[in-house]
Amino acid sequence: MKGEVVTREKVYGSPKLRVPLPFRFFCPGCHYGVIVRLICEVLEELGIEGRAVGLAGVGCSFGPIPVAIDIDFTACPHGRAPAMATAIKRIHPEAVVFTVQGDGDLGAIGLGCFMNALLRGEKLTTIFLNNACYGTTGGQMAPTTILGMRTTTTPEGRDPRTTGYPLHAAELVATMKGVAYSARCTVHTPGNFRRAKKAVKTAFQKQMDGIGYGFVEFLSACPTNWRLSPPDCLKFISEKMITEYPPAEFKNIDVSELPVEWR
Amino acid sequence: MAERVLIDGNEAIARGAISAGCKHFFGYPITPQNEIPEFMSRELPKIGGVFVQSECEAASVYMVYGGALAGARVMTSTASPGFSLMQEGISYIAEAEVPAVIVNVMRMGPGIGTGGQHGQTDYRQVTKGGGHGAYRCIVLAPYSAQECFDHMQLAFYLADKYRVLVLVLTDFIIGRMAEPVELRTLEFDPLPGKDWALKGKALKDGKRKFFVSAAFNYGGAPPRYYQHMAEVYQKIKDSEIRYEAYREEDATLLVVSYGSSARMAKRAVDMARAEGRRAGLFRPVTLWPFPEEAVQQAACRAGKVLVVEDSPGELVEDVKFAVQGKVPVHLLGIWGRYTPKGGIMTGGSGIIYPENILEEVRGLA
Ligand SMILES: Cc1ncc(C[n+]2csc(CCOP(=O)(O)OP(=O)(O)O)c2C)c(N)n1
Ligand code: SF4
Repeated sequence: MKGEVVTREKVYGSPKLRVPLPFRFFCPGCHYGVIVRLICEVLEELGIEGRAVGLAGVGCSFGPIPVAIDIDFTACPHGRAPAMATAIKRIHPEAVVFTVQGDGDLGAIGLGCFMNALLRGEKLTTIFLNNACYGTTGGQMAPTTILGMRTTTTPEGRDPRTTGYPLHAAELVATMKGVAYSARCTVHTPGNFRRAKKAVKTAFQKQMDGIGYGFVEFLSACPTNWRLSPPDCLKFISEKMITEYPPAEFKNIDVSELPVEWR
Repeated sequence: MAERVLIDGNEAIARGAISAGCKHFFGYPITPQNEIPEFMSRELPKIGGVFVQSECEAASVYMVYGGALAGARVMTSTASPGFSLMQEGISYIAEAEVPAVIVNVMRMGPGIGTGGQHGQTDYRQVTKGGGHGAYRCIVLAPYSAQECFDHMQLAFYLADKYRVLVLVLTDFIIGRMAEPVELRTLEFDPLPGKDWALKGKALKDGKRKFFVSAAFNYGGAPPRYYQHMAEVYQKIKDSEIRYEAYREEDATLLVVSYGSSARMAKRAVDMARAEGRRAGLFRPVTLWPFPEEAVQQAACRAGKVLVVEDSPGELVEDVKFAVQGKVPVHLLGIWGRYTPKGGIMTGGSGIIYPENILEEVRGLA
């Protein structure tokens, strides 16, 4: 932006909404912290911190995210954030309501709950954290675990003959009416961070404009359970994760899909 | 006088909720409570409310949880299998200390039970809590359509007052039996505002609210959380116990019964009195908190107790606990149902008629 003063604050200071806390929430090299920052920046830039209500699923996002972002927030039972968000949004339509959910939370225990929120055409936004495993409980297989990937419950690597195939959430979501936006992003390079921020902003905007559900999937590093160093995680994302889960915009519509007679 | 209408208990529940200012309902179809969501789907949109048919009862209870966090008066209703499915959510609502109301129009048996048949076999689950974590819910047990209407207003008031979940327990007979109901608005004391509601911090002078867990709310200290809850539960016990005592002052046999069975028991007491037998009825209205002291006093005065419930015996446990072995406690349970002889249905599909109860009373008083 022309004429804007570039300060230290602007470059690497914390967003105003990021609540400073005396202890570390996430493992070193985890991307969740970067995503929290990104969410804060988006809420601030859209100026919606006053009417935003966040809901975090069960996972590594459960405690930290509601605490760390200075807006109305609740942690939710495992997989149920979309049902709770539905009620909050329907009761307070002027609020901007979003869920932050892991891949076990949204893709396994909460898949039905999530799918039904999409089927009902709720006006919500969901940030989906795909780290290809259950982080919190010790790195077990998630619906998003890549074939052949070793986890604590697939010690020989994920075998499709017994465990099926990875969930491609962003592609699936894009097929559904009522969804206005669906994209997959990463934050493993600065360029990708910027693209991801734009995606999250768009996903919120679709809700605010009443067009439909906004969905953004993040490929997120989990050094602890991938048993890789943070730099090796970046490599794993760019070599393995992106091959299975290509970052892209899968749906972006500006006019609601409501049949005209219902508008 | 307020308008009088002829409606069944289910409709009385729905109308009672609306008259309490509940404008938001989330539910899933199940017999015998379908009249409640059907009524709500018709009426709530007219008053700017929200009706959502959820995909399952687990979703219903989480919508109720979300709606309660949003600061609104919200409810769901279900029947036994659906109530089982709600247990995790009920536990979370209790943990978060947000007010809400859930109605269980119970039906008979575990599992699918007997689909549409009446019964009172959820007492233990509803009063003791089917979910994890040692929480409590207030349980109201209306025994008429009028009480269904009135108790819904009371339920929302108590939920807001103590920030607890209130369960209203009825059954097939109470739910589907039509009776005249006076659509009266009950008066309650004023309640504090819900400054904790999640609706965006701009509506709360920029002060945000966040909720993670009970332990977190109480400084990461579970004993402090349980200390606080124990105080809340004690306050409820001190001031909210409700029961009806009927012709029991001079009784030599105390019949204890609730819900639809209490209707039969009341009639049986009158029939016994007409024969000169001094029977009386004690009907707990709050099943939790259970009127322990009052039951014990009435039981000791009478010297003998007969519990009547359409179940293999659940209420009887609370009565025995209250009476503490001081007087004998007998049970007329589901085996006391009238069984038509020689018909195809010899399995006891009838109900516990007043005549069945009278027979038992004759043997005891
Ligand atoms: C009903 C229920 N089942 C299981 C758990 C245990 N649990 C806590 S976190 C978690 C996995 C979450 O994995 P994911 O959604 O991938 O999030 P991540 O930990 O990777 O952030 C599980 C199974 C729970 N809290 N509740
Ligand atoms: S376990 Fe994985 S997802 Fe959870 S905080 Fe650690 S690195 Fe992040």
